[in-house]
Amino acid sequence: MTRKQRRLVLIGSGLIVLAIAALLVLTALRDSIVFFNSPTDVVEKKVTAGSRIRLGGLVQPGTLERKDIDAAFDVTDGKNVIRVTYRGILPDLFREGQGVVAEGTLIDVASFRADTVLAKHDENYMPKEVADALKKQGHWKDDYGKKPGAAAPQGASK
Amino acid sequence: MIAEIGHYALVLALALALIQATLPMIGARIGDRALMAISEPVAVVQFLFVALSFAALTALYVTSDFSVANVFENSHSQKPLIYKISGVWGNHEGSMLLWALILAIFGAMVAIFGTNLPASLRANVLGVQSWIAAAFQLFILATSNPFARLAQAPFEGRDLNPILQDVGLAVHPPLLYLGYVGFSISFSFAVAALIEGRIDAAWARWVRPWTLAAWMFLTLGIAMGSYWAYYELGWGGWWFWDPVENASLMPWIAGTALLHSAVVMEKRNALKVWTILLAILAFSLSLLGTFLVRSGVLTSVHTFASDPSRGVFILAILVFFIGGSLALFAWRAPALKQGGLFAPISREGALVFNNLFLTTACATVLVGTLYPLALEGLTGDKISVGAPFFNATFGPLFLPLMIAMPFGPLLAWKRGDLLGAAQRLMAAFGIALIAMAATFAIAQGGPVLAPFLIGIAFFAMAGALTDLAERTLLFRQPLSVSLRRFVGLPRSTIGTAIAHFGIGICLLGVAAEANYGAERILAMKPGQTVSLRGYDLTFNDLLSRNGPNYRELLAQFTVKSDGETIGTLEPSKRTFPARNSATTEAALLTRGVSQLYLSLGDVGTDGSIAVRIYYKPLVLLIWLGPVIMVLGGGMSLSDRRLRVGAPGRAKKSALQPAE
Repeated sequence: MTRKQRRLVLIGSGLIVLAIAALLVLTALRDSIVFFNSPTDVVEKKVTAGSRIRLGGLVQPGTLERKDIDAAFDVTDGKNVIRVTYRGILPDLFREGQGVVAEGTLIDVASFRADTVLAKHDENYMPKEVADALKKQGHWKDDYGKKPGAAAPQGASK
Repeated sequence: MIAEIGHYALVLALALALIQATLPMIGARIGDRALMAISEPVAVVQFLFVALSFAALTALYVTSDFSVANVFENSHSQKPLIYKISGVWGNHEGSMLLWALILAIFGAMVAIFGTNLPASLRANVLGVQSWIAAAFQLFILATSNPFARLAQAPFEGRDLNPILQDVGLAVHPPLLYLGYVGFSISFSFAVAALIEGRIDAAWARWVRPWTLAAWMFLTLGIAMGSYWAYYELGWGGWWFWDPVENASLMPWIAGTALLHSAVVMEKRNALKVWTILLAILAFSLSLLGTFLVRSGVLTSVHTFASDPSRGVFILAILVFFIGGSLALFAWRAPALKQGGLFAPISREGALVFNNLFLTTACATVLVGTLYPLALEGLTGDKISVGAPFFNATFGPLFLPLMIAMPFGPLLAWKRGDLLGAAQRLMAAFGIALIAMAATFAIAQGGPVLAPFLIGIAFFAMAGALTDLAERTLLFRQPLSVSLRRFVGLPRSTIGTAIAHFGIGICLLGVAAEANYGAERILAMKPGQTVSLRGYDLTFNDLLSRNGPNYRELLAQFTVKSDGETIGTLEPSKRTFPARNSATTEAALLTRGVSQLYLSLGDVGTDGSIAVRIYYKPLVLLIWLGPVIMVLGGGMSLSDRRLRVGAPGRAKKSALQPAE
């Protein structure tokens, strides 16, 4: 083979691999990404029941019910409320009145089945998406963001 | 006083860095030896000043000087000494100072051990290195001063985030940074080569030990971080495809590709332009990782503070170095002379295959990491790209690599014999088939993909050993001959086999853990027994206890197997009053390389407690694999061919950078 042919083989195989990768990425992006929604988004964007989303907001105080390892609580952004059910262990910093992100399936416009619940690590920390969603609804309290110390969404996966 | 000394030392270091970044490079340009020679002493003194600054901050932490804002926010007088010290880099300012310290260490190492480099190349390398050092020192001084004082000194500190109060913090960040920052040397060499417009096989020999050392540290750092997340976060996962984890994985993949392409360049003087590009990319991805983690674009346990001005500053550093080096590359690379020819089926071809798949896999990780950020910026939609995405993209690209890996070392340079290599791999292939069949039989069906993955893992391991067996003529010659041949093998050949074996081990652990584990979540009352995979766990008692700076609720479990007690598990939940926060400490029971994993949930009103129990088969192999890979790297690093880089004094000491 001449130098030119060899280079063609090289470039050709490179392009093939890249094409395969692009195909994989595009299919995966279509199938496996999860959108973040606040309860109001769910109502306004008319998210279809059965779709997999991340739901974020505040845990409505006084709504948490537990039995063994089953938990149910309301997630609100001040305007709309969705009832979340979850079976498993809630993260250490899951508290009523504070931010939470739940990933799972939307059953209908008012109920949600979570398989993962993420809470915040720090007393003063609010998941970024939740903070943005709350700001949008005008329910942002300034003291949430005052001391953004070392913080992370901490998870509990089933 | 100590704080002011630390601050002032850093200012002096910056001044020296600016001198080092300009004068020697001008010297190299006009051929002035005296100017070029400035770089070495300045690099060493610059390191001493950064070290002094770092020592000052450490002293402030150890003595709990809460008049310094950084110490107040991240320390506590009751904290154990080890966490006082590791707390130095458990925050944004301190971790950037650690980054600057490691940059300075590497600069000083090149100055001290690079005596056999041509004077102008050394001046340029140290100059470029100093540009990076100056940028980060300026960043610390301008936006993240760790020595800032508080007007009124509080009596007690706010304590370190409890999740960071672990030995992991003492080890993981320094290792990771040694890796990240280590790639700055390859970067500096690449940029220096572009500036000089000259590059040859000797260049690759000089760069390779530094790249290899950085890669070893990064491998250990990532593995360590993964194990830390596994036992500390309390939900049994070891890799979450979190953007921050991806940020460390991408430089690792690019660095791995660089190691392999540098071999081709060193041995065959080919792939030169590509190697330079990879060296630039590896460090660019390290910088990108730093930006993602430190700027607050992402929220994670690694994001210490989000301050927009910092984000913009780091973005500016990022744009300057990545953009600048790529522009230089576009301008100067075409001038570099083309290298040797090789057939597609050859050792070079195999290494190109490796590079092709590694860089493509790296690109998919990059897309998955940045896509959510881009989409939010463009449309405002918030999405999360999680494990399913990466399993569907990274996985299919990584598996062909694993299958091809045993073939590479068996192919000859220039023109290889694929059929011959395949014949020599028959034994390895047989072992893989047996492993696959055995897994299928033991698991009695189960997931279809899993036995296949385990087969590939065994193929990789057996293939690595085949290479050694072939070279030592094992079983074809008397054992004494094989042994003599083994001793005579180049260390880098043995190192390659060990590292390839290690990645097989790692894959075996991953496949077993993901597919054959067992899990139970339930609420347990004292006295209750639950069994999982033949282990009977009895919940004995719940008690509370005081730690140095926390209170903990401890659950005691006895584990029995076939009626015999094999150990106790004591998972706990800790509350830290200083931060009013809590952590869950999982308890682990190791059986061979498998583990039982137990972590606690909430205590119910009826005295029961929620527990999560995992059985994780072969899970330790996931981290043992990378350790073996690092051992292989170390073996390769001790190869004397890497030491005799150029005529002149043997570069022996360059083998222990950054110790």
